[in-house]
Order: sequence, then C-alpha cells, then structure tokens
Amino acid sequence: MVSAVRLALAAALAAAGWAGGMADSDAEEGAAAVPVSAAAPNAARARELIALLKHDCGSCHGMRLTGGLGPALTAEALRAKPADSLAATIVSGRPGTAMPPWRRFLSEAEAQWLVARMVSGDVDAH
Amino acid sequence: MLFFCVASVVTPAAAQAPRGTGDLGVIVERAKGRVQIVDTTARASLATIDGLGDLSHASIVFSRDGRYAYVFGRDGALTKVDLLAQRIERRVVQAGNSIGGAISQDGRVVAAQNYTPGGVNLFDSATLELLAEVRAAPGPDGTPSKVVGLADAPGGRFVASLFDTGEIWVIDATNPRAPRVEKFANVGRQPYDGLVTPDGRWYIAGLFGEDGLALLDLWHPERGVKRILDRYGKGEEKLPVYKMPHLRGWAIAAGYAFLPAVGRNEVLVVDTRDWKEVGRVAVAGQPVFAIARPDARQVWVNFAFPDNGKVQVIDAETRTVVKTLEPGRAVLHLEFTPRGEAVWISARDDNKVVVYDTATLAPVATLAADNPSGIFFTARAARLGF
Repeated sequence: MVSAVRLALAAALAAAGWAGGMADSDAEEGAAAVPVSAAAPNAARARELIALLKHDCGSCHGMRLTGGLGPALTAEALRAKPADSLAATIVSGRPGTAMPPWRRFLSEAEAQWLVARMVSGDVDAH
Repeated sequence: MLFFCVASVVTPAAAQAPRGTGDLGVIVERAKGRVQIVDTTARASLATIDGLGDLSHASIVFSRDGRYAYVFGRDGALTKVDLLAQRIERRVVQAGNSIGGAISQDGRVVAAQNYTPGGVNLFDSATLELLAEVRAAPGPDGTPSKVVGLADAPGGRFVASLFDTGEIWVIDATNPRAPRVEKFANVGRQPYDGLVTPDGRWYIAGLFGEDGLALLDLWHPERGVKRILDRYGKGEEKLPVYKMPHLRGWAIAAGYAFLPAVGRNEVLVVDTRDWKEVGRVAVAGQPVFAIARPDARQVWVNFAFPDNGKVQVIDAETRTVVKTLEPGRAVLHLEFTPRGEAVWISARDDNKVVVYDTATLAPVATLAADNPSGIFFTARAARLGF
C-alpha cells in the first residue's frame, strides 16, 4: 500500500516534470504571487491533490475549507499568511497541534501549488 | 394535524401504500450536499433529497417514530427530512459551523453541537424552533470552545465535551427553554469525541492531547470524572493522525469496550466492570470507527487515511482479527442493519456503498452513491446515545 502510493507519487512527479530538490526550490520562489500554472502538476495529479485537499485535509478543515477542528483554509483566512510557511506547515505539520506532516503524500512543490490554489480561492477540480 | 398536511400534498410518495420506516435509512452524499433514502430490506435507494448544503462531516439523528431524519450540516444547517414523503420538511441555519447533534430521550428536543460559535443549541423537534443556546466556555483565543462528543443521556440530559477547554458538560434539558449545565473541568487535554454506553450510564470522552480517556458515571456525577487507559501510549511518540477517531457508534461487546487508540494502530480493550485495560488488538491502521454488531459478537473497524481501504472484523470473544476486507477506496463509515445480519459500508472514492453479510463476511450487494460518507439507519431512533 505504502510503496504503491510512493510509486504513484513518483510517477506523477516525473510526469509533471519535477525532479526533486531543484523543482522544489523553483516552486518556493514562486509562492503565491506567481500564477498557479507556474508549477502546475499534470491534470491527473492535480485532481488527486484537489481530492486530497477537499476530503482528507477536509477531515479537519471541512470539505469546503471553512474550518472544523482545524482552522478555516479559505482564501480570506489565508490571505495574510506567508505562502512559504503555509506550505511548510502542510509538509512538516505543526508540533503541539493536531496538524500532522503530509510529506509522505505530497512534495513541497505540490504543497506550494495547493497553497496557491487555496489563496486564489480556486479549489475546484478542473 | 401534521398528518393531514402531509397527506394533502401531492407527491409521488403520497401514492405509496402505507409503510413503516424500521428498515429505512439515509446515506450522505457529502460532496453533492444531498442524501439518499434507502431501504435495507430491498437493498435499494428510494429517493434522493437535494439541497442540504455542506455535508462534510454530516451526521444524522432520527425522530422517535423513525419518520424524520435530522441532518446536521457543516455549514450550521439543521434539516428535517421526511423519509416517507421523501422531502425536506423544515430547515434552519442555526450556526456558522456545526459538527453534529443528538435527540433527547423523549424525542422532543434536538440538540446541535457547534464549532462556531462554540456551543449547543436546543430545538423543538417538531418545529425546529430555537429553544435555548448554551454557549461554551471561552478557549485560549477568547472565543467559545468547539463542542464535540454530544450525546443524549437518560433523564432528559445531553452530555458534551469542550475541545479547547478540556471540560465535560452535562446539560439538563428537561426544561429545554431553561437548560441547566453541570460542568466538569480539567478532564484532560483536547477531548475530540465522546460516547454514551448503550445502557446510558457511562459517558466516555476520548482525548487527543494526551494518552487516555475521561469517564463520567452518569448515575453518580458527584463522583466526578476519572481517567481510564491513562498513558496507554507509554510515552511512545504517536503516529501522525490524518483523521480523528470517532467514538459515537461505540463498540461495547461481550462486557468489553473496544476503543480506538489515537496515533496507534490498535484497538484498546477495556473491561466495562472496572474500566481496566484487558488487552489490545493490533489492526491494519489507526481506527476511526470501532462498531459492535448488534449481537456484540463482532466488532468492525475502519481506518484513517492512508489505510482507509480496509475494514477489519474483530471477534469480540477472542479479541483477534478474523477477517480483513477491502470494500473499496476511502471507507468512511459502516452501519449495521437493525439486527445485524448485514452491514453497509461507504467507499467514498469508489462512489459506492457495499453491503456485507456479517455471517459469511461476503459482499452481497452494491449501491451507487456519490462520495458517500455517513450511513444512518432508523434503528438509531430507539437507541440511547444515537
């Protein structure tokens, strides 16, 4: 199961043209100010990430990201927060809170892409 | 009066022969904001009711006649659905962010537990008129605490836990316009959910912020809240938790309580006579629901992401896993038929609900559903704590 997830993730990353740390740093520079397309994963992976966001992040933050046991992740709620630290929170979690690290399931670049989508308020699967 | 109103409305349901609701239920289609009304005898969907809003983490209680489903939406909406007329009877938006609810012992009061604003709202179950608001104590950020683990208890009471302040509140709603609250402080850090045992005597709150659970004897609230399963994690670092376990639905079986461990791939087993740990069952992931078959011989368990493609069956007598099933991707919930010959399991990412025979452990039917989450059968109407 775990290895299958990793394989799928690796395949998706390869398809999206991401090769480890290099792509990560590109995406970091991009942050939220850069258009979403700058680091967009391929369509299939994008759908997976959006589904992950809505349903699995949504377990605590709500399917519509309006908050639950975890805080709201709407564009309005995130606007004042630095994109880099939001992506870091996704990847590494927040010790002392219920927020777990998600690095097993998505890359830093993918986290950056999700943050950009959330900040833009456009989190519908296309 | 109500009967005549409904009967006078021309709907497809009005043409149906009279029927009971004991074998009916509701499946939540979370992403579409709608529910299916299902028949567990025919294993068929009867109707789809649309327009229920944000149904992430939606939960449902039933009127005591089993006719109406009260649907609690994340967006704070409370919707009363008529299972026979197959339509929305009433709907109110009662909070900004809601997480579930309960119905009183006498069926007259529906209680909603809310995150924003944190508290419990009481409603007339017939009209959905707001009767009282019980505001939660302020948490560290100054806003009212999120309320979790709301359950009904004998004596017209509701019991709930306060996530941000670590309290258990017993709300006496015998006079629902003027509820009285008995507060138990310092029950433990971050209670995340709670349950009332099937006999209505014990309230148990699970703790996220520390290893252990908080236990309140509702026969003797004066004895206070005590800790059970203290330090069950033995100081080991817990695994990342990608979904909070749920306690409502409970597994009290063969004299034992089967409780999900937080951050561990274990079900904890406690003797309900003295509340001491008697063992642990190693399972395929972090348990979300551990639910006893109605005859209590088996306990069925589903798991948090990423192990949510599996369901395991524990034999309550030997406390061992006897079967691992893979019903589909992202199993969110399971619900037994009233006497437990079958169990319905929702597989969100495969857009289906799979029905298993609980004797053979084989699938016997599949129903299509859009991103199904909670499954609720009307037998809950007659059970304490549901």
